[in-house]
Amino acid sequence: MNSKFRIYRGNQQKAEYKDYEIEVQEGMVVLDAVHKIQAELEPDLAVRWNCKAGKCGSCSAEVNGKPVLMCMTRLSSLPEGPVQIGPMKAFPLIKDLVTDVSWNYEQNKKITPFTPSKDTVWKMQQRDVERAQEFRKCIECFLCQDVCHVLRTHKKHDQFFGPRFFVRTASLDMHPLDTVNRTELLKEKGGIGLCNITKCCTEVCPEDINITDNAIIPMKERVADQYYDPIKTFWGKLFKKNVK
Amino acid sequence: MNYETHNYDILIVGAGGAGLRAAIEATNDKSVKVAVVCKSLLGKAHTVMAEGGMAASLDNMEGEDNWEVHFRDTMKGGKFLSNWEMVEIHAKESAERVRELEEFGAVFDRTEDGDIHQRPFGGHTFARLAHVADRTGLEMIRTLQDKAVHQGIDVFMEYRITKLFKDGDRISGALCYNRNDGKFTLFQAKAIILATGGCGKCFAVQTNSWEGTGDGHALAYEVGAELMDMEFMQFHPTGMVWPLSVKGVLVTEGVRGEGGILKNSRGERFMFNYIPDSFKNDVADNEEEANAWVKGDRQKNRKPPELLTRDVVAKAILEEVKADRGSKHGGAYLDIASEQSPDYIKKRLPSMYHQFMRLADVDITKDPMEVGPTAHYIMGGIKVNPQTTESKIKGLFASGEVAAGLHGANRLGGNSLTDLLVFGKRSGEYALKYAKNCEKTPSVSKEEVDRAIEELLKPLGKEEGENPFTVQSELKETMGKYCGIIREEKEIEKGIKIIEELMKKEVAVPDHRDLNTAWHAYVSLKSLLTVSLALAKSALARKESRGAHTRSDYPGYDEALGKVNIILNKSGEDMKVSKNPLPQLPENLQKIIDKYEQ
Repeated sequence: MNSKFRIYRGNQQKAEYKDYEIEVQEGMVVLDAVHKIQAELEPDLAVRWNCKAGKCGSCSAEVNGKPVLMCMTRLSSLPEGPVQIGPMKAFPLIKDLVTDVSWNYEQNKKITPFTPSKDTVWKMQQRDVERAQEFRKCIECFLCQDVCHVLRTHKKHDQFFGPRFFVRTASLDMHPLDTVNRTELLKEKGGIGLCNITKCCTEVCPEDINITDNAIIPMKERVADQYYDPIKTFWGKLFKKNVK
Repeated sequence: MNYETHNYDILIVGAGGAGLRAAIEATNDKSVKVAVVCKSLLGKAHTVMAEGGMAASLDNMEGEDNWEVHFRDTMKGGKFLSNWEMVEIHAKESAERVRELEEFGAVFDRTEDGDIHQRPFGGHTFARLAHVADRTGLEMIRTLQDKAVHQGIDVFMEYRITKLFKDGDRISGALCYNRNDGKFTLFQAKAIILATGGCGKCFAVQTNSWEGTGDGHALAYEVGAELMDMEFMQFHPTGMVWPLSVKGVLVTEGVRGEGGILKNSRGERFMFNYIPDSFKNDVADNEEEANAWVKGDRQKNRKPPELLTRDVVAKAILEEVKADRGSKHGGAYLDIASEQSPDYIKKRLPSMYHQFMRLADVDITKDPMEVGPTAHYIMGGIKVNPQTTESKIKGLFASGEVAAGLHGANRLGGNSLTDLLVFGKRSGEYALKYAKNCEKTPSVSKEEVDRAIEELLKPLGKEEGENPFTVQSELKETMGKYCGIIREEKEIEKGIKIIEELMKKEVAVPDHRDLNTAWHAYVSLKSLLTVSLALAKSALARKESRGAHTRSDYPGYDEALGKVNIILNKSGEDMKVSKNPLPQLPENLQKIIDKYEQ
């Protein structure tokens, strides 16, 4: 059976969708189709991938406009008609389906790393580590970053960590043996206030991490508790103290 | 030719478990400059795909585990072809390295006492694998990545090293290109650590990520280091077999560790028929005992035969298929649904559940999986000093899958992840010592660099030539056909002939260097051809069957060959094969083995 594909080709100077037709087999995923086109028709078609098993998060792209992992999207799950494959839009294009995601790595450096106390006893209960473990499932595909309107539409890359790094911060904050408070970091550098919980990130997460409900909302609550506690504010006004 | 030059004390090639652990160790000393160069984005290396766990005798579970039992299990699993010194170091240091990973921030699954939970795996006497559900590799790489990044290393992402240089007998630098824009960079370094992983990509049905093209093996070989044990490619018994597009994708041994059983098309649990004599004290010989063990009664019962070593299980599945008792698509059925509850399966094996649901429309909490052997891990690699991980070339170190010695003729599941930690750390430590004792930075000859670049640019814009993807496919097909699980002299010889013909083929790729995947495929092809030839030549030389290497024309052990490693080195343009005697096992270690054999 033959299928049609429309793939984004080009670089920042010039790019357009190009049409391809190849024979497809049962069980094929989008990444298989891209590789087949690369091997048979366009040897320099640029695509980033590693494991082809949904474990590394390298092959993120927008298939029929939806941010997905190409290796986990079966052709049979898509509607009939040409399959459109484009790069993630929240990051600068390098070539074809490959974008420059290095900005993400810069955000990670700003987050205070895991800091246990010196006399830690390394005992933890399973129920206490489960929340952190949910966040540590993240494979850094950056699809949540791609779909987040704060980054995608408003381009606030300089003031906003994005969902991935709220999840990262939450995984550290909810580690039972960590000792650091990252609330100020989230508010001042992470711009967590800019998120208005539309849950787009949760919807696209291939690891089914409940990003909004389990990571972002609890972290927003911590910011609110620390900075906007109404009683503290009232107390501060009453006694004219400087309250953060 | 234009290229940038960077100077570092230590250059680490590869950012998987071994490379990152080495980087953490080396950057403990702030007076040295350390760079990590990796072919992919940071955190995407093949380590991320490891599922089941990391083996260390933490002794958190039932039974009295210690380094001696771990030592014996590894030696026995490796069919006594391992370097005993590496096995001893690994058995003694693994537990400390795992605890240290926890201190770096890894969040392992817990026991009821709040310690690190350990799961049973093939060939390990006790439940020994520290794990995080079935995504242990991800936990490991993310933990090491964050630790390393915050220690301040320079990371060059998506750079591909293409050649190593020497100054006299010392390593002196490495040439690479940036995959995104094709620009060349020369790294001058006092010490270089190769942590480039394996070469599963020589085969079509295999578990490796894009990166496993044997780059480090080829780089080291070309610069004069020795390769050892290259005939030992581990075929993991359980890869997916259907649909075709995911054929080979790994199904973790953890499925069997959690109680999964193997059945043939007649519904028979066939592993009871394949217990080798040497393992008959280690595993149950009846279903009742095996089931009692799975239910948790491990003091009185032996584990199921599904947990025999990988070489044994892979060959058993092949036998069943050959006898016409295979599954629908030519494998065996792996059934966990009849052994554990859906909730338990989803909790302990979440990514397997996800993988089969998404890619094969199979709900593993209800139906069996179809599985078959898949090329997984190369036990062989660069011959290194067991203590320092240094190769024959001064200043060139290697650790992880690219190094040889620890796993012998067959690797036990879970030993690779602790291999990365134990020997990755040692690479960092000894490269640091070496670099600090190096008075001046060795130099790289400009002519050699120019020549290397010229060679790399050859296929660009050539009028006529082969498509590199096509040649890669031909190579993979050849390796599967002539150097697969069961080998034979005439077949291997045919394979070698084809590989040598493929080596002579001229390749042509589009004439530009901007993320030119065809050009990258050409560069990978060169490594793949070198390691494939190394594998085939070693397989031809080992006229016996041992561990992962099976010869239909020599089905048994050969006593003399059991005492040597096959070594390859570059002699002019030829790949020279020789045999090197195994180091003698000291008496105290022999006693340990004897003690647990009784």
